Amino acid sequence: MAELEISYFAWVREAMGQSGEILPLPPGVADVSALIAWLAARDERGAAAFARPERIRVAVDGEMVSANRSIVAAREVALFPPVTGG
Amino acid sequence: MRRVDVTSAAIDVAAALADHDAGGHGASASFVGRVRGDGGLTELFLEHHPVMTQAALETLANDAMARWPLAAVTLIHRVGAMTPGEVIVLVLTSSAHREAALAATAFLIDRLKTDAPLWKRESFADGRVQWVEARDSDARRAAVWEG
Repeated sequence: MAELEISYFAWVREAMGQSGEILPLPPGVADVSALIAWLAARDERGAAAFARPERIRVAVDGEMVSANRSIVAAREVALFPPVTGG
Repeated sequence: MRRVDVTSAAIDVAAALADHDAGGHGASASFVGRVRGDGGLTELFLEHHPVMTQAALETLANDAMARWPLAAVTLIHRVGAMTPGEVIVLVLTSSAHREAALAATAFLIDRLKTDAPLWKRESFADGRVQWVEARDSDARRAAVWEG
């Protein structure tokens, strides 16, 4: 099964207690919103980090995308809050 | 010339301007953003993505050069820990005339606030630590440049 590299940034990283992880694509998870729901249901850290999915922004393989983007062929998914640079 | 840097080192505005302006451009515009010490802020930490931040800033610089006739663009963003008064972002643009340089500078600072993967964390003298929330007003300003 294909492996997916997930990275977390800012308060998402702090809530998850790690900067990233590598895991097999969970069964039945085909897009970003399903992945976020799966992480939220997995454990307490995920539940805290993804309590409000509308506050999460996503990049798949380096490209900012919306939550309905397919991750079936993705290598890397980054999950983070709205950006605040400048 | 086009220079895009994401750096944890202090930004030397004078040196960057000297490099940027070596071409002797007709009109150069600048934006210098500094860390404010509001509310007893003692440290601002900028988190970035190891790959995507540089790529996003390069895309913005390219977009600006496609949109206006620019002879030079310098875009430098600091990351990591910094203290009040330090430079966090430097935008320099040059063209033959002022309109393009001024507009491109505004475009770059507005868009990098919404397009570049960067996250600010504030630490205060009383021990509070908080992540800065994205502002709707920044999204509206950035949207002005669409289309």
